Amino acid sequence: MLRDITIGQHFPGNSALHKLDPRLKIMLTIAYIVMLFVGTNPFGLLLSIVFLFVGYMVAKIPGRMVWRSIKPLLPVLAFTAILNLFFMAGTPVFQWWVITITWQGIYYAIIMAVRIVCLIAGTSLLTYTTSPIVLTDAIERLLSPLAKLHFPAHELAMMMTIALRFIPTLIEETDKIMSAQKARGAELDTGNIMQRIKALIPVLIPLFLSAFRRADELAMAMECRCYHGGEGRTRLRQLHITKQDIAITLGCVLLFVAVGFSGVLYTRLTGFA
Amino acid sequence: MNPILKTEDLTYTYNLGLPDATEAIHSINMEMEEGGFLGIIGPTGCGKSTLITHFNGLLKPTKGKVYIAGQDIWENPKKIRHFRFMVGLVFQYPEYQLFEETVAKDIAFGPKNMGLAEGEVQDRVSRAARFCGLSQEMLTRSPFELSGGQKRRVAIAGVLAMQPKLLVLDEPAAGLDPEGRDTILQELKQYHRETGTSIVLVSHSMEDVAKYAEKVLVMKDGSIAMYDDTPRIFARAEELLSMGLSVPQITKIFMQLKQMGLDIDTDVYTVKYATETLLRMAERGNGSAT
Repeated sequence: MLRDITIGQHFPGNSALHKLDPRLKIMLTIAYIVMLFVGTNPFGLLLSIVFLFVGYMVAKIPGRMVWRSIKPLLPVLAFTAILNLFFMAGTPVFQWWVITITWQGIYYAIIMAVRIVCLIAGTSLLTYTTSPIVLTDAIERLLSPLAKLHFPAHELAMMMTIALRFIPTLIEETDKIMSAQKARGAELDTGNIMQRIKALIPVLIPLFLSAFRRADELAMAMECRCYHGGEGRTRLRQLHITKQDIAITLGCVLLFVAVGFSGVLYTRLTGFA
Repeated sequence: MNPILKTEDLTYTYNLGLPDATEAIHSINMEMEEGGFLGIIGPTGCGKSTLITHFNGLLKPTKGKVYIAGQDIWENPKKIRHFRFMVGLVFQYPEYQLFEETVAKDIAFGPKNMGLAEGEVQDRVSRAARFCGLSQEMLTRSPFELSGGQKRRVAIAGVLAMQPKLLVLDEPAAGLDPEGRDTILQELKQYHRETGTSIVLVSHSMEDVAKYAEKVLVMKDGSIAMYDDTPRIFARAEELLSMGLSVPQITKIFMQLKQMGLDIDTDVYTVKYATETLLRMAERGNGSAT
């Protein structure tokens, strides 16, 4: 069951998106998120969906992976959509007792839901096509100007790398401990919320203990190899921006600008803001 | 009488429906009679652990059936807990699953989940502790203060306390020093003899399996390669070696002797049996000389 978590999962590949410089990829993802919140009209959203579609096609990531990353967030999605549906003022379409549904409500509920789906799918595309190690490497480089202000960019990146590195290990460990306790008759997935929380104790205590043990061992191993932080460290993988990277980035930027301006076009065409 | 454990065409695929789907075990058909001591051996990654996690229903077969004492365990998935208590499963490195404040409480976790009365729980805890060589004094201590070997015994006692009909242990002696290995396995054999509980022992130490198991199941690439009485398995020592498994040292010596031209059986797998065989040969030798 824990294996179903896809956030942060990486799909190795050799596509243009996989090879795109991770620094640019992060920046483009941020730009994409901004764009989603600026281009709040059907045209803009349509363009972002097309963008996503092309992205997933290029990276050759199966469409059901998108579904798997959205699935756990369905309640949030439903909640936002329902709030918008019932509490938006405007021209009513349906009225019963205290419930009023307006055209605007329907419109914004759909826009909101699509936007959240795009947000999840877009950011997932970043993690699907970039290995966590490369990703933290890029974050470190992007934050490195701040190191001059004594911001611990390297240490932060190292902590992130270690944390990411241990996610699969800890998931595996949790699975094992859960099986072991289930073998002793623990009921982990039945009962009310309090019973369930209590049932987690036999899983959490061994898990924490082993996490601390691992941290200790890792720190020892790092010290044995004279690790002493960022200064003067060289790297195995140097990041280079290629012509292809620049071309892709320019393409994306153009599209984002187009989305930004699509709102103007949409207002002109429909007179509906 | 129904066999305590029976599998029928048992197949399990990890990540079913994903591009990285892998078949861990393929069409396993086996039976084990009640009160037996079965050893399962095979190289790393051959599906031993996957197979045994089916015995108490932690994994649901992709295909095929598992029967415990004649009952299909997945007939009613809601009753799967019943079989978890009937089949005690001790995982590899079980000491990492300890969590209670005291050893006694940790051992009582299983029996308590069974919904037994307090008196019965205490009874079972002290019985299980005795079998695993844990002193009364130790029961009141925190499991985290104990040594690795002691922790291992606490964890095993935690499963014994459920008094399962079938006890399955995955490498119970892994990572212990030679003395600790022997003690734990001896205690298990003792438990087997006294209570008549059926035991499945998974190991990749041929020596251990040879010494304790009555029957041996050899796995390779997710299938059963051999399943027979222990002496007959070790009579096929060459096949075992060609599968990348080792054979007990004593068997190797006998194989060498045979290669050197001695007319000798190579189904020898314990030192005791080796001595007997040699003595018999010596007698025969004397007979022919006179």
